[in-house]
Amino acid sequence: MSGDCKTRGSGGADGGTTTAGSTGADVAATAAGATGGADRAITAARSTGAAARGLAVRGLSGGYAPGRDALRDVSFAAGAGQIVGVLGPNGGGKTTLFRALLGELPIRRGEIELPGRPAYVPQTERARLDFPVSAFDVVLMGAYARTPWFRRVARGDREAARAALKRVGLTGEADAGFGALSGGQRQRVLIARALLQDAPMLLLDEPLSGVDGVSAERIEALFAELRAEGRTLLVATHDVRQAAAWDQVLCLHGRQIAYGPPAAVLGPETLRETYGAELIVLEGGDRAVGVGHHEH
Amino acid sequence: MLDWLTDPFASPIVQRALVELLILSLACGPLGVWVLLYRDAYAAESISHGMLPGLVVAALAGAPLLLGAVGGVLVAAAGIALVARDRRLGSDVGVAVCVSALLGLGAMLALSPASPPRLQELLFGDLLGVSGGDLAVAGALAGGVLLALLAGHRSLALVGFDRGAAPSLGARPLRWELALLVILAVTTVAAVQGLGNLLLVALVLAPAAAALTLARRLAAVLALSVVLAALAGIAGLVVSFHLEVAAGASVALCAVAVALLALLVPAGRLSH
Repeated sequence: MSGDCKTRGSGGADGGTTTAGSTGADVAATAAGATGGADRAITAARSTGAAARGLAVRGLSGGYAPGRDALRDVSFAAGAGQIVGVLGPNGGGKTTLFRALLGELPIRRGEIELPGRPAYVPQTERARLDFPVSAFDVVLMGAYARTPWFRRVARGDREAARAALKRVGLTGEADAGFGALSGGQRQRVLIARALLQDAPMLLLDEPLSGVDGVSAERIEALFAELRAEGRTLLVATHDVRQAAAWDQVLCLHGRQIAYGPPAAVLGPETLRETYGAELIVLEGGDRAVGVGHHEH
Repeated sequence: MLDWLTDPFASPIVQRALVELLILSLACGPLGVWVLLYRDAYAAESISHGMLPGLVVAALAGAPLLLGAVGGVLVAAAGIALVARDRRLGSDVGVAVCVSALLGLGAMLALSPASPPRLQELLFGDLLGVSGGDLAVAGALAGGVLLALLAGHRSLALVGFDRGAAPSLGARPLRWELALLVILAVTTVAAVQGLGNLLLVALVLAPAAAALTLARRLAAVLALSVVLAALAGIAGLVVSFHLEVAAGASVALCAVAVALLALLVPAGRLSH
């Protein structure tokens, strides 16, 4: 494991309050083969084997305000090729966890082991709609970090950007202004940008909130493809039913409430603890669906 | 008709003014686009107005105007940064108070009986009095600004488009927001000789505003902004020659006229 992949706080790992089931060591083994050559750009920059190892967070606490951690006692591991649903109320620490994984949050305690530099897909509402860029321009931003300022973006990256747009089903919209697209299309453009970063791990902040049906279908199909490629996906969501279809679920409410396979974690008790006073709709007895309101 | 356009440029004085304006257009055009995209228009106005005391002091001391501009910008920026930190006022109020105070101080110094009568020149510039040396200095500063904007182009775009995701894509928001303000200050210093501290903002903001309504891609917007700024400069000189009005003021008015014309183009007419 190369040094830049590992973040460490001052204290030690304390094991955390995980209700973890299998943590994906088995999945990682199969993913190693699947990843193999496809991720050349990443493995080249990292020590060998890192891409197959997945994500491990141990006893993580941290926040921007000293003495008031926005996130406490988070411990979980996700193998390569796993989709982790991150559940929690607004302000529950979902985005804060992503910030920590991106190295943008002061970590007070604990440690993070990354499979490589993660790509981040923000909520679409955060991007400027009046910015003079086309969908293609936005996707190309995924290659900026590896392009020196005095060079044009490499031809290979331009082709990769077109391929990424095709993958999210927006070939015809390449030249459309980003602000002129629908919310779902914009979300797909931002996902295509992350694809161009070719990261072993993707952090997606509510990619399915307020997205049209076509876009949602396309995005979920893409998740399955990325999983098959051996990438680790962390998906913040408000939709418990979506999370139930994924490999692992992480419940956050300032601290970690639970972590494990959906069948083990998504009971009414855990959900009540996760969402506190926010509304929980129970459907058909033991299934919890549709939690809270959510405006941005 | 052609004579009407070429006559003004027969004199070397107007030729130098033209070169000065073309040089400034190269810096002000693209910079203005970034300033608008970063919603820094108010800062642009504040920095250029707030440097008046520095200009006046330089004029009183017989020092080069450039030196006064640098000092004035530094004092204005420090004052604005200091006042804007006060939570009770809020940054807008703080900046307004600070800039008014500096403008007042500058006017008071300039209007005192001991001062040479140059206030007008400081406020509105002296486009027709530009010397060869002034051109060289403006050229160097504008070249630096252009180079900085080219070097920072992608990072500025990342931060301006989506501040939250910019770090994960390789650009630090605070660094580039600050860099833009520094570039703005340098541009202000470069432009004050020709356009004065009240009018230079017009050449920064007006062509950029027009370009942003007319073009859809960043590169096109930036290029168009340069072209429109240069056109405003040329038109301003022609108008000033024939109507015998102040050159700087007519350049500023032409720049604003360009922006107004662009706003009249029906929305979406030129898109896609």
